Amino acid sequence: MLYAREYDVKKDDFAAAGEVSARIKRKLKQIGIDASLIRKIAIASYEAEINMIIHSYGGVMSIELDEDNIIIKCVDTGPGIPDIELAMKEGYSTAPQSIREMGFGAGMGLANINKNSDNMEITSSPEGTTITMKFSF
Amino acid sequence: MEQEQYYHSVRLDKDKCTGCTNCIKRCPTEAIRVRKGKARIMNERCIDCGECIRVCPYHAKKAVTDPLESINEYKYKIALPAPALYGQFKSLKSVDVLIAGLKALGFDDVYEVAKGAEIVADAVARRLNGADMKPLISSACPAVVRLIQVRFPELLDNIVDVDAPMEVAAQVAKKEFAEKHQVDTNDIGTFFITPCPAKMTSIKVPIGKEKSSVDGAISILDIYGLLTNQIKTEPTAPAAETNDDGVAKSNENASAIGVGWAVSGGEVMAVGERNALAVDGIANVIRALEEIENDKLTDIDFFEGLACTGGCIGGPLVFESSYVSENRLNKLCDSIWKNKGVLDKRGEYVSEGIAELNLPIEARDVLKLDDDRKVAMQKVQQIEELLQKLSGLDCGSCGSPNCRAMAEDIVRGYAHEMDCIFILKEKVRFLAEEMVDLASKEEGEK
Repeated sequence: MLYAREYDVKKDDFAAAGEVSARIKRKLKQIGIDASLIRKIAIASYEAEINMIIHSYGGVMSIELDEDNIIIKCVDTGPGIPDIELAMKEGYSTAPQSIREMGFGAGMGLANINKNSDNMEITSSPEGTTITMKFSF
Repeated sequence: MEQEQYYHSVRLDKDKCTGCTNCIKRCPTEAIRVRKGKARIMNERCIDCGECIRVCPYHAKKAVTDPLESINEYKYKIALPAPALYGQFKSLKSVDVLIAGLKALGFDDVYEVAKGAEIVADAVARRLNGADMKPLISSACPAVVRLIQVRFPELLDNIVDVDAPMEVAAQVAKKEFAEKHQVDTNDIGTFFITPCPAKMTSIKVPIGKEKSSVDGAISILDIYGLLTNQIKTEPTAPAAETNDDGVAKSNENASAIGVGWAVSGGEVMAVGERNALAVDGIANVIRALEEIENDKLTDIDFFEGLACTGGCIGGPLVFESSYVSENRLNKLCDSIWKNKGVLDKRGEYVSEGIAELNLPIEARDVLKLDDDRKVAMQKVQQIEELLQKLSGLDCGSCGSPNCRAMAEDIVRGYAHEMDCIFILKEKVRFLAEEMVDLASKEEGEK
């Protein structure tokens, strides 16, 4: 591994929403990653960050870089996704009305992450969800 | 004139600069550093937005534009007034008065840039029809286009590939003047009466094309006084001239649709796109671009971002505040609703390709730390380690805008740790202790 960094993401912290993905984005620009790839990573990591803020009890978002890949991992502490397959469907959302009124919770989060990453893995239990997104240079 | 890769209208007046931190803190691309007690603009980062001109309390930042005398380099001189100019005068009865005033200053003809805007609006509307990219981003504000080149290269493809109103106006003006008077276009000079330095830079280093059709730019501030006198001496509009069909000639002046471009939201209105977002002020534009970058605004079709508060009427080279200008322009637009400008003809112009850009707008790779990706990663790591050592006060005393920028500057070799007064203080304290230590040892040995 050539570079790794972790960031805390707090539940319901809308004031800081998007800051972690913005930091990740800035670093990728400094490293000189291709603009089109940065765009995909920006979209996926922003969605993942917002998901953690809205749906989880909070957790840690990390970025790892090696020779060929960028891996972004989101590890939260619960409450888990009961039906991952359903949650992956475009338009399916469990977000309450209050969240939707903020312009979030359209049910595109996981689908967007999947669409923009080269590979996405997701595991979930009531103790927490881990989403691993992989992007190749 | 030989083109420089980074020509800038925005410059520093060294003698006036006190080396304070006002400009470094407000620059949207972190393009200014204070070194050896004076500000230094980093050429590759500066987007000529003029934010530093506005915030410098000592007027040490200036915009280089062409002097009025420079129009004499051409046999025939055409003024291209930006619609923002119309908002500068308290009792402007009609645009004809302004046109007459400009002619009295030595111009042979006047072509309103607002007419160029009418043409551009049509071209943009056509692009919006069937665009596969959402949202399309307006190309009208050169500072915003350059901001995207520097900070948001991923969004370059979203920029609508249509030329700026100033350029289109210059082309039409030259062509029509040459035809009407049977003269060589090379003898005609077109001069934009500009509210901003970013446009001046666009003339020297065009965006999306090889050569600008505009030959020079004259700051609104530079001719404001002269024009005010002209307008005062001509209190009423010249007798309404009529054309061959008996229609008042002033009806051929730019329409409210074109004139409205000077105000934020004017382009959206002219383009006729209801599902649009108009954002003014560079900090607000940056925020909106971040959202577009995150794909949060894909439900919007068109984005108009203007670097200055209020739009072009808030440019750094205007006299009036943008709020006052907006009020005046609104009133003016109400009174010129009959004017048709080139609304009837603009479709032809667009079909002729007058508003086309033929070169891609390229990224300016200024954020990259190293060409070697591995080395760049190491540098990112070093920046983080340095950030732990710096105070985090973002005081700017080192000459960099904040601690993060300072850490980046150190890694890039633009700054040294000792430029940080807190690290320096710590070092001095350490040395002082060493000396006391040494002295007491020597004392003991005696």
